[in-house]
Amino acid sequence: MKKEVKKVLLLGSGALKIGEAGEFDYSGTQALKALREENIFTVLINPNIATVQTSEGMADKIYFLPVTPFFVEKVIEKERPDGILLAFGGQTALNCGITLYKTGVLQKYKIDVLGTPVQAIINTEDRELFVRKLAEIEVKTPRSMAVSSPEEAAGAARTLGYPVIVRSAYALGGLGSGFSSNEEEIKILTRKSFAYSGQVLVEESLKGWKEVEYEVVRDAYDNCITVCNMENFDPLGIHTGESIVVAPSQTLTNREYHKLRELSIRIIRHIGIVGECNVQYALDPNSEDYRVIEVNARLSRSSALASKATGYPLAFVAAKLALGYGLFELKNSVTRVTSAFFEPALDYVVCKIPRWDLEKFHGVSREIGSSMKSVGEVMAIGRTFEEAIQKGLRMIGQGMHGFVGNKDIEDIIIEKELAVPTDMRIFVIAMALYKGYSIDQIFSLTSIDRWFLEKLKNIFDLRTELMSFNSPEELPDHLLLRAKQLGFSDFQIARFVIKSDRSRITEDLLHVRSYRKNRGIVPFVKQIDTLAAEYPAQTNYLYLTYNGDEHDLDFQQDKNESVIVLGSGAYRIGSSVEFDWCGVNALDAIKEEGYHSIMINYNPETVSTDYDMCDRLYFEELSFERVMDIIELESPMGVIVSTGGQIPNTLSMRLHEQKVKILGTSPISIDTAENRHKFSAMLDKLGIDQPRWKELTALEDIYHFTEEVGFPVIVRPSYVLSGAAMNIVSNRSELEHFLEMAVLVSKQHPVVVSKFIEDSKEIEMDAVARDGEIICYAISEHVEFAGVHSGDATMLFPPQKIYVETVRRIKRISRLIAEYLKISGPFNIQFLAKDNDVMVIECNLRASRSFPFISKVLKTNFINIATRIMLGRPINSPDKSLFDLDYVGVKASQFSFTRLQKADPVLGVEMVSTGEVGCIGDNYYEAILKAMLSVGYTIPSKAVLFSSGPTRSKIELLNSARMLQEKGLTIYATGGTHDFFNKNGVISEMLHWPGDNRSPDVLDYLQNKKIDLVINIPKDLSKGELDNDYRIRRTAVDLNIPLITNARLASAFIYSVCKVDLEDIGIISWEEYK
Amino acid sequence: MTHRKNVKILLEDGHEFNGFSFGGTDSAAGEVVFNTSMTGYPENLTDPSYKGQILVATYPLIGNYGVPEVPVESGLFSPFESGKVQISGLIISDYSSKYSHWNAAKSLSDWLTEHNIPGVCGVDTRKLTRIIREKGTMLGKIIIDRDIAFYDPNKDNIVSQVSINNRQIYGDGRIRILLIDFGAKNNIIRCLVKRGTTVYRVPWDFRFDPADFDGIVLSNGPGDPKMCRETIDTTRKIIQGDTPTFGICLGSQIMALAAGADTYKLKYGHRSQNQPVLMTGTNRCFITSQNHGYAVNPDTLPADWTSFFVNLNDNTCEGIRHKYKPFLSVQFHPEASAGPVDTEFLFDDFLDMVKQKTR
Repeated sequence: MKKEVKKVLLLGSGALKIGEAGEFDYSGTQALKALREENIFTVLINPNIATVQTSEGMADKIYFLPVTPFFVEKVIEKERPDGILLAFGGQTALNCGITLYKTGVLQKYKIDVLGTPVQAIINTEDRELFVRKLAEIEVKTPRSMAVSSPEEAAGAARTLGYPVIVRSAYALGGLGSGFSSNEEEIKILTRKSFAYSGQVLVEESLKGWKEVEYEVVRDAYDNCITVCNMENFDPLGIHTGESIVVAPSQTLTNREYHKLRELSIRIIRHIGIVGECNVQYALDPNSEDYRVIEVNARLSRSSALASKATGYPLAFVAAKLALGYGLFELKNSVTRVTSAFFEPALDYVVCKIPRWDLEKFHGVSREIGSSMKSVGEVMAIGRTFEEAIQKGLRMIGQGMHGFVGNKDIEDIIIEKELAVPTDMRIFVIAMALYKGYSIDQIFSLTSIDRWFLEKLKNIFDLRTELMSFNSPEELPDHLLLRAKQLGFSDFQIARFVIKSDRSRITEDLLHVRSYRKNRGIVPFVKQIDTLAAEYPAQTNYLYLTYNGDEHDLDFQQDKNESVIVLGSGAYRIGSSVEFDWCGVNALDAIKEEGYHSIMINYNPETVSTDYDMCDRLYFEELSFERVMDIIELESPMGVIVSTGGQIPNTLSMRLHEQKVKILGTSPISIDTAENRHKFSAMLDKLGIDQPRWKELTALEDIYHFTEEVGFPVIVRPSYVLSGAAMNIVSNRSELEHFLEMAVLVSKQHPVVVSKFIEDSKEIEMDAVARDGEIICYAISEHVEFAGVHSGDATMLFPPQKIYVETVRRIKRISRLIAEYLKISGPFNIQFLAKDNDVMVIECNLRASRSFPFISKVLKTNFINIATRIMLGRPINSPDKSLFDLDYVGVKASQFSFTRLQKADPVLGVEMVSTGEVGCIGDNYYEAILKAMLSVGYTIPSKAVLFSSGPTRSKIELLNSARMLQEKGLTIYATGGTHDFFNKNGVISEMLHWPGDNRSPDVLDYLQNKKIDLVINIPKDLSKGELDNDYRIRRTAVDLNIPLITNARLASAFIYSVCKVDLEDIGIISWEEYK
Repeated sequence: MTHRKNVKILLEDGHEFNGFSFGGTDSAAGEVVFNTSMTGYPENLTDPSYKGQILVATYPLIGNYGVPEVPVESGLFSPFESGKVQISGLIISDYSSKYSHWNAAKSLSDWLTEHNIPGVCGVDTRKLTRIIREKGTMLGKIIIDRDIAFYDPNKDNIVSQVSINNRQIYGDGRIRILLIDFGAKNNIIRCLVKRGTTVYRVPWDFRFDPADFDGIVLSNGPGDPKMCRETIDTTRKIIQGDTPTFGICLGSQIMALAAGADTYKLKYGHRSQNQPVLMTGTNRCFITSQNHGYAVNPDTLPADWTSFFVNLNDNTCEGIRHKYKPFLSVQFHPEASAGPVDTEFLFDDFLDMVKQKTR
């Protein structure tokens, strides 16, 4: 019953942000592949240029435009698709689709919504409709009552039974919300709540209940399956994106499992989903009672996880179902003989762990709760829970070695941290065990099911047992094997048995490794085959375990015929989908050159971990130990470390020492670029300028050096110091204040101080070289001056405003460096340019974050070229030069400050953006405007607030303000800016600072939505917390009012807004830019 | 945990596995089969269809939620499928000695000890499963201290060992259902009783007049259906009449044999909760729970009979029905337990036939 559609529009999810990340690249990519198989013409709208889905050969036409109703309608008008898919681009695509439906656009252009009907989606999104809909089929949702006074609240609580949750409607940041366990508490709490809001909801508390999810699939024939269920390690109250999650459920009996499964099917049928949905439950830990928390009528983060955890290609199948196929008509793409209508049986356990980057943000609370703050996740596979969780804790990549064997967490009150969880929760449990807490005590503080706690205690107990030995040789084989079966790394064993300190650990873990191999204690490779070995499978989806004694594969053949690509690990700030794109493109080139491609990666949100991207996928750790295990089994021709960001790059030297063949640039050169001292010496030798810097270990030396070079300086404390990140300091008092925070300056914890060059341009060179000769390159320029991290900066390619002489110098320096380091493969150099002076600030001998952006704008795949070079194959040197382009690419950053309560939304030398977009325009202004609209900015139509900081930014913004005024917008300004504008002929209305308590107050104007763009430039480059500027910025973010904190970007944006009319923006696909 | 006794598993083809003992401490022999369920070990272990078999769980983590208290629910043990542990031995990978669940009363190990059934953990169950998948189901034994002979349950009439000895009655509904017990799972009775019937559960070789009942259910059970000669004869008489009859699992095979069709042994059977079936002639598919080592050869069905369900993975016969008379049967378990409850509606369909007949 296939539907007759010829041209389908797919909406992507835009830039990566907290809550909407790489999982939608996976789902969109699978959907496009499914459509391609049906010979359907595909049109994709997604401004996220670093994704795999926006690559050549994925969609027939790609638009790097904002996923907003305005632009989507424009594309529809031009392309006239006959079908649209809304379920593959997260909430962004879904919301956009609902609007297009409600405004009649879809109807007007006669577009068929493929898959779940829009009304069904609305029924799951609207809370009231949702509750009513589920009540019709006798499915329970949390009981809640709306009240309008503290007395009514108390009455409602009596009906529902204490404890209850009080939620005040429409109040920001959870003000006036909380738990109440008795009448007195609820009256006190609701008195506060009513101060913020006229309506308050009293809801039954399900705190401590288990949280369980099901991924459900339904076809147009009403056939249903549940692909997977998952259980949260953390009880209800912690967002599932913040929770450790296991698949399948571990503590549910058959009755519970199938009761919830049956409910899921009842729900999907009643709502009328065609495709995939996710149902979240709360399950009483003391009975079989349950509540449905949420239904997501689209592919989600959980469905990506379920897909990777089971091997079932959920998004691919969902796309086929949207076209009208029945599940029974599709094949299981893993076994290729059995049907897609089945439910995977796992013979392993999967553990997902979130990755946070909270230390990057100033002022943000580290507590985890009902809103999501994590920026990425890892998935670990094992045949014991202990094995899976220890792997996973190493994968998150924050210096942890597993559940035990980590550095002590200092200054914590265990009891409090157990009860009020933070991002360190699981390590606090380890601390608690160490301090002698019982399982019952930990359970009563955390409500984490005792089964999980007992398993963690198994790890802890084994650690204790290991401690009683002093060398690997003393360890009985069965104990050593047991340790490996419980997921202990060689590092952990060295630490516990040999009691190695930092200086000897590398050597000692190699000793453990060779001893263990001598004793025959090695891991085995198992397949993920969706059917627990019931049917033979073609799958190349693999993991390693010590809980087994046979490989599923034969490793005797294929020597030297494969190439291993190391992936990029968990998405984090500074490393995300762009490295997935690099990895996927490296795999493609390897296949094209006739080698077997092997990927090692553990991030379930990626395309590189999809079942059909490479010849063998190891869903495994990127640790030295595990990578060596795989290399020893596979005997590859070589290993590529330069397309996965920093993690593989860091491994290169250690692999090299084990005589592993690293393809491309020599690890010795990589080390030269990575090591500050060696790199600096090299630049001196080559006569290349660099900002002055020194590594210092005493306070007096720091003061002495700063006097010598002059303020401002960048201070980088040793990473072990928490609370004091890298910063720019402009004067002596700021430096003193900063060093006070970083009290531990010492020989072990040095501080690097370098001269900061103000008002200088930052320019990047992305290039590929062969044997030291540059084969292709792209130079791009930052809109912002130096001082904004390159990952947060807005990038222009080709550069629009740099001197020809500067370009010449940059090329010359790059050539010198490439030649000296004999680079073969991708690399990136960052430059500072002021006037025509050019300095080098950083050099990475690997692909950089901007490789997909420049590759796509230039239409020259740098990774493909780099990979061929690394494989030693001939290449055709591309003949394009950057000056040939008749268009401009702009890369803009996406920030997720709204999700990070209390964080100061200001930019600095530490990266804080979570994602990016890349748009193409006929000119600079059009490209900037497209990019800024793609990351959530809107065009101001009423009024703009200026609070413009230091004099030079006031000057920078004066013309912008004038242009806005001429356009008829109202200009509001704070004191100093108001005076400056007035003196220079721009009329503005003055608003008082928040602290002044005078009317008109700036915060009032924001709250009353009288302002639709806020330009707030911090006074100086240091971060004053909780000051007036902060309050303006934070209020703007909380109220979802666009905010810009950099004068150059603000001026670029305002110029664009004033020079380009929205209606005139070109609706031009990537292919059409020639 | 490290002080557990080492035990050996020996397969008839010579493969050997080493593991650690939990539960009972006597050696055991039987037919080694694997089940891919991820939950439901108390239900599976008490399923009489496993009589004579050593069960391998492919899901590695077993024992997590212990074993529940045994309350008596309408005369039946809940949540168990019979009054005792039916398997001969259990082989798993990772045993959870610490369990956690609100309704758990004891550990899996203690429960197996009570029933004197040996458990083995620390085994590469995936490797073992792959051997069975490639070579077919085979005999095996768990050796603890004392070696014993191999034992083939398919050469015995093991139905006689798991069927009840005397007639039992459940429920007090108007409709009278005769349940012929070949090792019936309790949930079949629960499914019938909760639909307002009185269930007369009788031994496998019970003699009766079909006309005395409104409907007949042929239950599931262990082993080779051809070993139940008396019942095949009885069933032949049933299908000469017109009393609505519903066969489940072994009951389905017996119905086919009675109709004149043939059955055969599958290479390694279907034992899992994720078996997809298609209702023949429709687009309706269901996920089912299954536990059988034999199947009906649909090509041998007489002209009056037709396929009812077919397996989507390997196209084997998953049920048959008579074209004109109210006889139907399924190879899977509509009563689930353990497993998905998608096909419980078949009890309604059957009882609709019964009601039509009695109206």
